[in-house]
Amino acid sequence: MTIADRWLLPDGMDEILPPQATRMEELRRTLLDLYDRWGYDLVMPPPVEFLDSLLTGTGTDLDLQTFKLTDQLTGRMMGASADVTPQVARMDAHSLKRQGPVRLCYCTTVLRAQADKHQGGRSPMQVGVELFGHAGLDADVEVLRLALSSLAAAGARETHLALSHIAIYRELVRGIGWSEDIERALFDAIERKAYVVIDELVAANVADPKLARMLSELPRLHGGAEILEHARLALADAPEAVREALDQLVRLHRGVVAEHPEVSFYFDLAELRGYQYHTGMVFAAYVPGYGQALSKGGRYDDTGKAFGRARPATGFSMDLKQLATLAEREPPTNGIWAPNREDAALNDTINRLRARGERVIQALPDQRTGPGAHRCNRHLVLQDGEWRTEPLD
Amino acid sequence: MSNQLILALSKGRILEETLPLLADAGITPADDFGKSRKLLFDTNLPDVKLVVIRAVDVPTYVQLGAADLGVAGKDVLLEHGAEGLYEPLDLGISRCRLMTAGIVDAQPARAKRRVATKFVNVARRYYAEQGIQAEVIKLYGAMELAPLMNLADEIVDIVDTGNTLRANGMEPRELIENISTRLVVNKASMTMKHERLKPLIERLRHAVSVRTVA
Repeated sequence: MTIADRWLLPDGMDEILPPQATRMEELRRTLLDLYDRWGYDLVMPPPVEFLDSLLTGTGTDLDLQTFKLTDQLTGRMMGASADVTPQVARMDAHSLKRQGPVRLCYCTTVLRAQADKHQGGRSPMQVGVELFGHAGLDADVEVLRLALSSLAAAGARETHLALSHIAIYRELVRGIGWSEDIERALFDAIERKAYVVIDELVAANVADPKLARMLSELPRLHGGAEILEHARLALADAPEAVREALDQLVRLHRGVVAEHPEVSFYFDLAELRGYQYHTGMVFAAYVPGYGQALSKGGRYDDTGKAFGRARPATGFSMDLKQLATLAEREPPTNGIWAPNREDAALNDTINRLRARGERVIQALPDQRTGPGAHRCNRHLVLQDGEWRTEPLD
Repeated sequence: MSNQLILALSKGRILEETLPLLADAGITPADDFGKSRKLLFDTNLPDVKLVVIRAVDVPTYVQLGAADLGVAGKDVLLEHGAEGLYEPLDLGISRCRLMTAGIVDAQPARAKRRVATKFVNVARRYYAEQGIQAEVIKLYGAMELAPLMNLADEIVDIVDTGNTLRANGMEPRELIENISTRLVVNKASMTMKHERLKPLIERLRHAVSVRTVA
């Protein structure tokens, strides 16, 4: 490395400068205060853990995303946290061991071995909530409402909520006994909504005509709330569990739409994101101008099992860095400029103003920049032996 | 931006075959299309705009949401990776085959096969699936030259008529994938603009099926 390169940051790592850092910190406080008012306790997971506990039942995606290093004390492999959710699940299942519902929230920087080119680079700041210990739909509704409130607090207008339920596809293909190749091919085609491929695969591999029709129909069931009605007819012959999942979506919609009439709803019954660990409803919230979801979440009931206590769980997370770009307000010019002088009365005045929450910047000897460069709109002047705050011209 | 539909089209031969399909679906570019050096074009529909870019860039534009939907060859999608994209429609145009090829009657005897291609990811995946250890060499054009100059044992490339291969004493070998042009859609766009996207996709589907029958 040459001296000229010393400023260079690794790919996907960024430093946050003012005023963006101020915006992020304000938003962090706003969100954590919001979660506190909803009864969510703050947790701070460790930045590094043993790999075994980081990668339980989460699939290969997270494995590839995790930076790995060796623990010189034990010789075991460690990983830098790439996703907070499994860590919080461990805290609930193993460390807290509380009875009944547990509400936890967090805000922490995670590291990703591969840059997600869509968002957050390799060091997103993950903020979110998890609700453990309640398997019912009311917990999902609460989490959904809180996700929408979070986006509104961050300044999102025109939020679009995409809702789905993992159990619809899972229960439809349960016990179907395909080879792994066919299963993967169909899964892949459904994820891409490649209708022709889906129809070919279904025609060649599904003997039951009712099931074949439903599997072909499923990826076409996406759109506004009217889709739920279509789905009732299209999936009328589906197993009980599928119809129950559909019912849950109807109730979720009802539970959220009254509180957030400004949100547009979109249902995609073949959405399979996080299929390896999600077990119930899944959602993603989009805002115009962003090509990717700003908030993602859903139900994942089995995660705690690896830590000795399977607990129902539902939650969501967001990237604070991305979220802070929603409302790009300039920080206010509202400081008070104080001269550089040895004066007890001046010190008293400054202390009093700061205690009141004012932002006071005291000049340093021989300083060449003025109050304008330090976001000040007032200054302290000595009038009749008293220090007064006067507006700057 | 957010109220418009941006459609990213692949330059070149695909473009020539795409425009009639778009016309059948009710989208015609404004008069200056193709005549100027502009890259962003209006259409007869006030809320639909076209960008014309290199085929390999189409998936990137659509994945990042700069374009809502795009027209791209399956070869490009396979090489680039189509993560997070919907691929709801096979436009059935610019059909060809992605194949391996080598010098006629030459046996690739090496334990490690040298493969020249611009489809680096596809080649790696394909040879790994075949249980063949391959050393992939990235070239940007004139693949047929690589085996003749003993730069590679085989090539992976698009085969249309096979004439270029034959003219250079080569033969197509294994079929990797049948290629045609696909419509791809950004997931966020589908969520936020489904009311306009679904009818548009349906019109295109209709235009494609009419052509297939004819």
